Amino acid sequence: MSPASMSDQTTSGRRLSVDPAVAIAYGCVVALLLIGSIYSPNFLSGPYLLQQLKVASFLGIVATGMMFVILLGQIDLSLPWVLTTGAMMASAAAAHPGILATLSVPFGLLCGAAIGLVNGFAVAYMRVPSMIVTLATNAVAQGLMIAYTGGFSPRDTASPLMRALATGLLIPGVANGVLVWAVVAVLALFVLRRTTFGRALYAIGNRERAAYMSGLPTRRTTLWAFVISGVLSALGGVLLAGYSAKASQSMGDAYLLPAIAAVVLGGTHVMGGKGSYLGTIAGVILVTLLQSILSVMQIEESGRQLIYGAVIVVMLLLYGRQRSL
Amino acid sequence: MVMGSSTIFRIENVSKRYGATVALHNANLAVRAGSIHAVLGENGAGKSTLMKIMAGVIGPNEGRMLLDDREVRFATPTRATAAGVICVFQELSLIPDLSVAENILLANPPRRLGMIDARAQRRLAEEALTRAGAPDIHPNMLVKDLPLSRKQMVEIAKALARGPRILILDEATSALSQADVRTVFEVLKRLRAEGISLLYISHRMSEIEELADECTVFRNGRSIESFAAGTRSRQETIEMMIGREYKHVFPPKPSKPPNAPPAAPALTARGLNWGAQLNGINLELRPGEIVGLGGLDGQGQRELLLALFGVLRQWSGSIAVDGKPVRLNGPRAAKADAIGMALIPEDRKSEGLMLPMSVAENLTMAGLGRVSRFGVIDSTKERERVAELLKRLQIQATSPDVPVGSLSGGNQQKVVIAKWLLNDPRIFLLNDPTRGIDVGTKQELYRLLRGLADDGAAILFYSTDYDELIGCCDRVLVMYRGRVVSELAGDNLTERQLLAGALNVSAIDEQKAAS
Amino acid sequence: MGDQADDWRFALQRNRGTAFAALLFVAIFTVYLSNHPAGFSWNVVQTAANKAALLAFVAAAQALVVITGGIDLSAGMILVLCNCLASTIVIGDTPHALAGVVAVLVAGLACGGLNGVLVVVGRLQPIVATIATSAVFFGLALILRPSPGGGVDETLADLTTSQIGGAFPASLVFLAAVIAIVWIPFSRSIYGRAAYSIGSAQSAAFMSGLPIRRAQLLAYALAGLLSGVAGLYLTFFSYTGEAAYASGNAYTLYSIASVVLGGVSLAGGRGSLIGAVFGALAFRTIGDLLFIFDFDPLWQPLFQGFVLLVAVSLSSVSLLRVRNRLEWFA
Repeated sequence: MSPASMSDQTTSGRRLSVDPAVAIAYGCVVALLLIGSIYSPNFLSGPYLLQQLKVASFLGIVATGMMFVILLGQIDLSLPWVLTTGAMMASAAAAHPGILATLSVPFGLLCGAAIGLVNGFAVAYMRVPSMIVTLATNAVAQGLMIAYTGGFSPRDTASPLMRALATGLLIPGVANGVLVWAVVAVLALFVLRRTTFGRALYAIGNRERAAYMSGLPTRRTTLWAFVISGVLSALGGVLLAGYSAKASQSMGDAYLLPAIAAVVLGGTHVMGGKGSYLGTIAGVILVTLLQSILSVMQIEESGRQLIYGAVIVVMLLLYGRQRSL
Repeated sequence: MVMGSSTIFRIENVSKRYGATVALHNANLAVRAGSIHAVLGENGAGKSTLMKIMAGVIGPNEGRMLLDDREVRFATPTRATAAGVICVFQELSLIPDLSVAENILLANPPRRLGMIDARAQRRLAEEALTRAGAPDIHPNMLVKDLPLSRKQMVEIAKALARGPRILILDEATSALSQADVRTVFEVLKRLRAEGISLLYISHRMSEIEELADECTVFRNGRSIESFAAGTRSRQETIEMMIGREYKHVFPPKPSKPPNAPPAAPALTARGLNWGAQLNGINLELRPGEIVGLGGLDGQGQRELLLALFGVLRQWSGSIAVDGKPVRLNGPRAAKADAIGMALIPEDRKSEGLMLPMSVAENLTMAGLGRVSRFGVIDSTKERERVAELLKRLQIQATSPDVPVGSLSGGNQQKVVIAKWLLNDPRIFLLNDPTRGIDVGTKQELYRLLRGLADDGAAILFYSTDYDELIGCCDRVLVMYRGRVVSELAGDNLTERQLLAGALNVSAIDEQKAAS
Repeated sequence: MGDQADDWRFALQRNRGTAFAALLFVAIFTVYLSNHPAGFSWNVVQTAANKAALLAFVAAAQALVVITGGIDLSAGMILVLCNCLASTIVIGDTPHALAGVVAVLVAGLACGGLNGVLVVVGRLQPIVATIATSAVFFGLALILRPSPGGGVDETLADLTTSQIGGAFPASLVFLAAVIAIVWIPFSRSIYGRAAYSIGSAQSAAFMSGLPIRRAQLLAYALAGLLSGVAGLYLTFFSYTGEAAYASGNAYTLYSIASVVLGGVSLAGGRGSLIGAVFGALAFRTIGDLLFIFDFDPLWQPLFQGFVLLVAVSLSSVSLLRVRNRLEWFA
């Protein structure tokens, strides 16, 4: 790679000048806001935007976990059913008498962590390709939940805490779900920019071989990235269950593609090593707005899927042209 | 050699540059029909570059090639192959999961009704294998199941199957056993009798003396002289390979006070064995000394350094740090304070740096523990350490936050070395650290290494540059086929002796050579 | 220079994975038949064969792509799309129905072709490219069939799903014929060789003069075709078209499981489509074993997911024995 073709931008987007990909993402957000306002005068109103933010918060939380894993150069396709498992197990625990009820949310997160641990162990220590492992654990999680609920919709409802977390209003007008995302976002920004763990994530995604030769704890880092992804997916599920007052069978399916899209559209390189969390935030908002506009324009689910896929492909092709991969 | 046989391939004033590095300058070579033409030279003399140009892998910047007195230009290897110029490279071009027959006829198998004719393919493969002197290799065997020496024979068969007029062998016998080498010689002689021209690159003088009709010596990218075989002695040939170029300026080596007891070794290896690449290595590395590893490429030097650093598994023998036997299970263990090792790898782009990440991030990569507490990076400390390192090594970068990939090669290499200094290691292992670096940076690095040694570090330094080994190192261990075949120090540490050891030729009498 | 015994030995070694998959299938199927409450009957075999053949087609599609070192996460959705398409146009009198069949096959080919273009020309990573196209294909399927419905020409359906001579399942004959038409020419052509080469040793393959890019395009396109055949077949089997997200995903997942069970290496370069077919047959039968042994059918998804996890872990065992840890990294 000749020095001339290098942009003067480092991988974590640390410079004061903005990473072009992040700028494009925010630009698209603005563009979508404008397009939306053409269709509906309410689009740019305060309450509506806050509503968008609330819907975005669920995606934002799960996309954070996905970003960590993609930064490594891996992928986590177990998101759908880890999310559902988190939701169902937290609801189930809430229905149990005794201490388990109070610890229902941590219990749901623990389930997510457990699945993440299996993923991480297989990828880091057994060198199984992440795509395959996470597909398999997704199926296993699905199997476990189907067996648990007897194939029916789960009967447990979300606990009051879960509902409060998702829809309560600590700050008037702002749903708690947004606050939870804000906390996650601050933590993610801190971890990625200011910790050795975050540094190692970028290093491994950039060049695992060099990271290994520099003595970085590559295997441990990979393991933890998957555990975090599992926990955050489960957290997303817990909040979603709180939002809809109960978990449902296919609640997770609708989040996998948008999560990957949000991360990639936010400028994170799909092979890892490069990406800024600010970009992921933009990507999440972008995807959420896209979904809203499509429903405002009253486009059917079919059209939405089509547009999703097409948009991702086009953006990836554009990014690919920009940097010589 | 048949006198007066026609020259069928000629290389005239060919030059090739990679940025500022000159790989070839005005190289000239003439290949006759039905002859074996040996090409000699040290590492980096330009032989491989020339072969790649002939085989169509890369193109020259200047000069021309003439085949049958007509100018030719090979844009791709396929064009060269079509013209009858076939190369057997050092890096194998075989597909591991395909069979021997499929590999031999890889891109151009016999076809019937659009599908590959397996029977005809097998027949052709068997013919090629017989012609290559390896009829025992079963054509249906998968290449990945073959040992390296057999793979090399398949490569030769593959080249023969394409009907070459000019066959180039670039270190083609490096992996072969003695018996195989004999067989290949018979094959090459037979090919010569058939009128095929052979270009043979090898470091083994004995082989060249037996096979070659003509020799051309390269040095520093130039073709020095072409002569008929037998008209120059071994001595004279080696002299031609060495030449007398500008001298590096090296920092003075410390003189040891007489009768001083030798310090306890920081690193020892006894009977170190690993696969076929390490065969019973014994070495001792003391604090304050710079020990060099010499010898040709691929004799086990890289594997030795990796084994010491803990990257290899299942080695036998013993490795001890400060007298205590250790069994390191990776770089993480090796860099730990208790052990204190650092390894500067040979390929900085794939093993030493993360090119898109900033200079600062790369500098702290191996020593994050020193600029952080409980996993949180202390940015003030980080900035201070980075500034120190930039200053200490005089790294030229517009700012610590630019991507390290934007730095020049020399500065990049400085970053690779500097990052380990954060940990204050006591043992440095360096894998050809000055390859492709400009002279100025090289001198800075020599001064740095001597400074580190004077402060008590023990340094093991593999280099392919003889000037460096002589100028920098207190003593040099020359490796050949996984063993240390000679240890040179003081007056014995000369280029002749280094090359002799590398070629596994018995030591040349220094006195005689000087007279 | 190698006698008959040697030839057999090498052929066996080379096709280890496929042979194992075949044996695995035979073993499991024997257990299945011998424990089936209805005992052995051609009807039992027919039902099993129909369901298994469906998965076998998708597994075959996946194998083609995996051999080149890629992956097709849109295989299940191509199946769904072609299923919906077939339920719309493979109807009417025979000429119309046959034309409809051709159209469905072309659609599958086009979908695969799109994947191929994105990977080869657009240089996108197969994972991401096929995840994105799977959304596009599903969207198209939903447009065709917003709710389940449609029908299919009954003669054709009968032809491919019933029994021949009142015994042997037509679906297996159909499967064998399609494999023969698609796999045998491909694997014996220079494109097949190029496909294996990219999966096996990418840089050597690029230097070799083999038609790498065309081979990759062809592999993805043919994979789309085979997934399309699977979709068509589902229509013959179920007489209906449905844009079911869950089942599209399931087929993609199970195709990967079948490929792994069939001895095709996920890294590429090794294995054969026939092995993947046996892997699919085995995988399907494993699922049915639960039914035979009176396990709650609710456990089936879990069981199948678990089998995939184990199969995939086992195939990585070799990496644990490396002598140079740097081999863990590309």
